[in-house]
Parts: sequence; structure tokens; C-alpha cells
Amino acid sequence: MTTPGAAVTPLTPDTTTKTLTLAKAINAGLHRALTDDPRVVLLGEDIGALGGVFRVTSDLLAEFGHRRVIDTPLAESGIIGMAVGLAYRGYRPVAEIQFDGFIYPGFDQIVSQVAKLHYRTQGAVKMPITIRVPFGGGIGAAEHHSESPEAYFTHTSGLRVIAVSNPQDAYSLIRQAIASDDPVLYFEPKRRYHVKGEVVPELGISMERATIVAPGTDVTLVTYGPLVPTARDAALAAADEGISIEVIDLRSLSPVDYPTLEASVRKTGRLVVTHEANRTGGIGGEIIASLTESCFNYLESAPVRVTGFDIPYPAAKLESHHLPDLDRILDGIDTVMGR
Amino acid sequence: MVESSPEFVQLLTPDGVRVSNPDLDPWVTDLGGEQLAALYEDMIVVRRIDTEATALQRQGELGLWPPLLGQEAAQIGSSRATREDDFIFPSYRENAVAYVRGVPFADIVRVWRGNAQSGWDPYQHQLAAPNIIIGAQTLHAVGWAVGAKHDGVDSVAMTYFGDGATSEGDVNEAMVFAASFQAPVVFFCQNNHWAISEPVGLQAVRSIADRAPGFGIPSLRVDGNDVIAVIAATRIALDRARRGDGPTFIEAVTYRMGPHTTADDPTRYRDKAELEAWKLRDPILRLKRLLDSLGLLTPELEARTQAKADEVAAELREGCITMPDPEPLTVFDNVYATPQGTLDRERAQYAAYLSSFEGTSTSTSNTEGRS
Repeated sequence: MTTPGAAVTPLTPDTTTKTLTLAKAINAGLHRALTDDPRVVLLGEDIGALGGVFRVTSDLLAEFGHRRVIDTPLAESGIIGMAVGLAYRGYRPVAEIQFDGFIYPGFDQIVSQVAKLHYRTQGAVKMPITIRVPFGGGIGAAEHHSESPEAYFTHTSGLRVIAVSNPQDAYSLIRQAIASDDPVLYFEPKRRYHVKGEVVPELGISMERATIVAPGTDVTLVTYGPLVPTARDAALAAADEGISIEVIDLRSLSPVDYPTLEASVRKTGRLVVTHEANRTGGIGGEIIASLTESCFNYLESAPVRVTGFDIPYPAAKLESHHLPDLDRILDGIDTVMGR
Repeated sequence: MVESSPEFVQLLTPDGVRVSNPDLDPWVTDLGGEQLAALYEDMIVVRRIDTEATALQRQGELGLWPPLLGQEAAQIGSSRATREDDFIFPSYRENAVAYVRGVPFADIVRVWRGNAQSGWDPYQHQLAAPNIIIGAQTLHAVGWAVGAKHDGVDSVAMTYFGDGATSEGDVNEAMVFAASFQAPVVFFCQNNHWAISEPVGLQAVRSIADRAPGFGIPSLRVDGNDVIAVIAATRIALDRARRGDGPTFIEAVTYRMGPHTTADDPTRYRDKAELEAWKLRDPILRLKRLLDSLGLLTPELEARTQAKADEVAAELREGCITMPDPEPLTVFDNVYATPQGTLDRERAQYAAYLSSFEGTSTSTSNTEGRS
């Protein structure tokens, strides 16, 4: 009888610090995972010879071969369903969805199978599947290439959802995602793929913990993924007006690190959440509801959402109106400050 | 008209006459009297499981039951042809397959009692959790098969689905993937003629087996009520997969003589005459006739088979009605393999809430999570 290969090979030490783009950092993380654990396999459309349309899997086919880096037919349900079967056999598949808007044909396999099989089998079957999704707008793309579908997945129990914002997190969290015995939706901000940063290979970052990227005392500004640099810029601009902003990068959208958020809101008394995704049913509303329940007596004003509008993602020449920018975030900050 | 192309391969006629087929015969030369009697016992037992489970549903012990009445040969023949290390990805009607794979009888009905979402450990029986989403499991079989191929073993994945499932994207995607990767997988379609109230003619205007060659997958159309032909066809497919020749598609032409589930009323959508016609092609009846013609249908065999069926049914009933309800807090178990902050909070809060009902009325109420 076959038993699943549950254990992950211990990570080998590597302490060389490098400056990498976010895309290269993910590539380096995938390289390490493929090297460290023979049960890790990549699968997706165009991930082999081309290295993916964003080149995130560049050179991996040449080094690891067709059994580890699998170019698949063009069918997203097929990609995820095949990953489920590989996981059943003890593999740790990393599936690439080429663009956010293409994930919907694979939606059923993700929410009905990947998310539920551990629960369905009372823990007997593990689904250590990582699903990589380039997401978000700002690159002037065609329809279906700029969406923010993360809330669909945070609504589904059994999935972990993370969104990275910088090369260090991208490297550390892709490795944690692959090592996780739970399925992980790993959202990559495609407009930040070319942002460079230092990557320390062995830096310990917890997949479940938010991080304070800029400390402050007047307003808690919560965001993730592509808007983290925008939020930092907003904090700098607000500082010029004498407002101290605490910027928090969620990293994990499911679960949300409420202890970190609660501590911040209890300190600042004001809350703004910003994301590219549509407002209704978005993560911002959930975070505000939860923090209002737990921190109501600390709040000095009603929390504010600065989000994409409740519209289909618009044509490229209109996307700057849809996406929250520095000024809209500052406007939200003014609102919670009562200005 | 629900009958698609009537041609299929057959080794045993409805009258119980063993007919010869030069392609299939070599695959069943080992089936002597003892083996035929064992298959007869299998089919009698799983039909008895069906009867008992239906009774348990009517008595309120099961929420629902999907009978396989009429599909005994398709399920017993195909699953008896597999090897222990082959992995099976079933839908929700493969209760005979679960029996063959050694699933404890009460565990077969555990799902339908509402006690769990899967009654067994898949790795213990090489049998995946039953899938209710139509056809989703076919892709899992392909993934498992690609893994097996890469592992260098000759184990095969077999997946069961119905005629309705062949309309689903997943089944078609599974065939594309299986062909592209030459995956060692057997697609076993039980064409039981009805997807709840929809006749197979609504799913397929040609025979379902005709579809697979278009994907580059050879197919066999077999009389699904002929256990000998089903075994032969499945062995051919398994052998192809083990030799590295890739996937095979089998359409077993059979008939669901009962309802889709115990909640269904087939008299609303199908002719009585159709059912009566299929009763004449009953898979158990024809094997019984063959055994009789061979002089093997002894009173001893009949008594032994019935005793086994009664014993299994009694054990099923006992296991079902004595099955304890799951503990409330287990509702939170196994959502994640590793601790998860938000859910851990919910569990703690609900545990405190439940414990507030225990002991005296002055006990401390739940304040967990409140500031």
C-alpha cells in the first residue's frame, strides 16, 4: 500500500544575501524547494521552456527536467485537479495559474476539492498544494488579466491565502507555502514583479503574521500585496502634514493576524483598510467588522475602506481611476482624522 | 429513446449462455467454477447491502442512500480486476467497490448517516474519498497516475463515473491530460442510462465510448451487466496501463434499476416497460443461469451465499444503528493540517459557549474574545 510522503526534507542552510527582483525571489524560492524536496513538482501553462509569461519559472525546466516542471494542457480545472491527484500520491505540487482572471475555470477544484479533502477525509489525506496566482492591476493589460479574486478564497475554509509585497517575503513565503501541509493560494502582485530588494535566505518570517512596515501612532493603515508601497508613500506624505501612520502589510489574508491589528488599533484608535479588490464582500469589510467587534471602545472614528469600485475591472486607460492611489488613501486618512 | 448504439462486447448472454469472443476470452481463462461462484456471492452480498441500506434509510437511520441495484456486475467485475496497489477514485455510487476494497460495512453507510463526509481512510483501502461533484475525481486519478508513472511503479489509477459526468468539463479535461501524459489510468464509465431524470441521450448523441478515441484514448464498450466481460475489459485496460501504453476508456452499458437516490422518484420520468426490459438483463440472474447450466448452482452454494449476505447485512445494520454521533467540537477538526489562528479562536469561543450549559446556572458565561 502506498503511503503519502508527508514529511518535508529539512531545508538546507544558505545564508548568502542577494538583491533580487520579486519575480527572481520567487524563482529562487522555487529552485530551493525543488532542490530540497524531490516530492515538489511545478505544473502550469507555459512554465517550462518559456519560464512562464512573467518568467517566474525561468530555467527551472532545464535544471530539473520534465517530471519536476510540467507544462500542462490549457485547462485550469485540469491543472488543479491533477495537482489534487499528485497530492493524493504524496507529491507537493506547485500549480501556476497564468493570470488572476483565469483562475475561475479552476475554482471548483480549488474550493470543492483542494480546500475540503483534508476535512472530508478526517485528516487522512493532505493537500500540500501551492497555487501561484499573479494578481492585481496597474500593468495596462487586457480584460481578465488584472483581477483581484482573493476574497473568493478567503471565504473558503481549508485554504490559506497569502499575498506578498516584496522580494524577501516572496522568497520566504513561497518556501513556507510549499512546506505547508495545508493548501495555499499564493498571490503575486504582478505590477511589483520587477521591484528589487534584499533577500536573506534564512530569515525567519511566519506565514501567518502581519508585519508593521512603518510604525505610527495616529492611524492604522492596513493593506497587502501591490498597495504596500503605495501605503508607505501615503504614510510619508501624511507625515508631512503631521499625521503619524502605522502601515501594516497583512501578508496573510487567511487567516488574518488579528492580534497584530488589534494592538495597532488600540494604539492609534483609527483604521483605514485599502485594497485593489472591489469593496463589496472584500477583505477590508471583514477586517473592519472584526476590529469593530474587538476594539470598539478604542475607536475614535468610524473605520474607512479605500478600495477598487464595485465594477468589472475597467479598460487599461481607466484603471488609474479604479485603483486606490496615494491621493485616495490620503483622503481616507483625512476622513478617519475628521478633517 | 434512451438507448444509444446497442453494440457492445459480451461473454455472457442474459440467458446465461457463455459466448465466445476471441479478443476477450484470453483474459478470463482463469475464471473456473470457484471464481464464478465467488463473483456470484459478491453480487448477492452487495445487492443485499443495497436492500438493507435502503431499509435503513426508510427507517430514518440514513439520511439518504444511492442504490446501485442493477450495476453489480459493472462494479464487482471492474474492481475485482484491480490489484491491491492500484488506486481507485470513485463517485458516490460505488458501494460495491468499497465492499471489494474491504471497507468495513458500517463505514460504507457512514457518509449517508451524516456522520462523516468520508467513511474510510483512503490509504488504508487504496480507495479515495467518494466524490459528489460530478466527474471531479477523474482528474485526481490522472494526477495520481502521472505520479505513479514518475515514481517508476506499475500501479494504475482507476476512476468511476457515470454517463452524466461525461458532459462535464473535468472528464473531458481528464482525458486530454491522460492522453498528453500517457497516464496509467482507466476511465470506467458506468452508463446506467439515467442522470437523475435525464436520459443518456441528452448527454451523448453517439455512444460514449466513441468519444475517447478522439482524445487519443482507445475505448471498449462492454455489456456492463455481464460480469465476465467487464472483468476481461478491465484487465485489458489495466494491462495496457501497466505496460506503459497509457489510458483506456471503458463504457460499461448497464442500467440503474432503482432511483438515483432514495429521495428520487423514477416513475415520474421513465417508462415501466423500460425497467421491465432491463430486469430481463439482470446481472445476477444471468450468472445464476450460467452456474446452473454448469451444475454449480448447488443448494450448498445458495445457502452459503445467502448466509453471507444475511451476515453482512446484520453487521451493517448493527454498525449503523450503534454508530455514535460525532462530538460537537470535532466540527472544527481537520479543517487545516496545522493550527490556524482565526479558526482556533472560533473553536475556543464555541467550546466556552457549550461549557456554559454545563454545571450550575451560576457558572461563568463566555467572555472569550471580548475586550
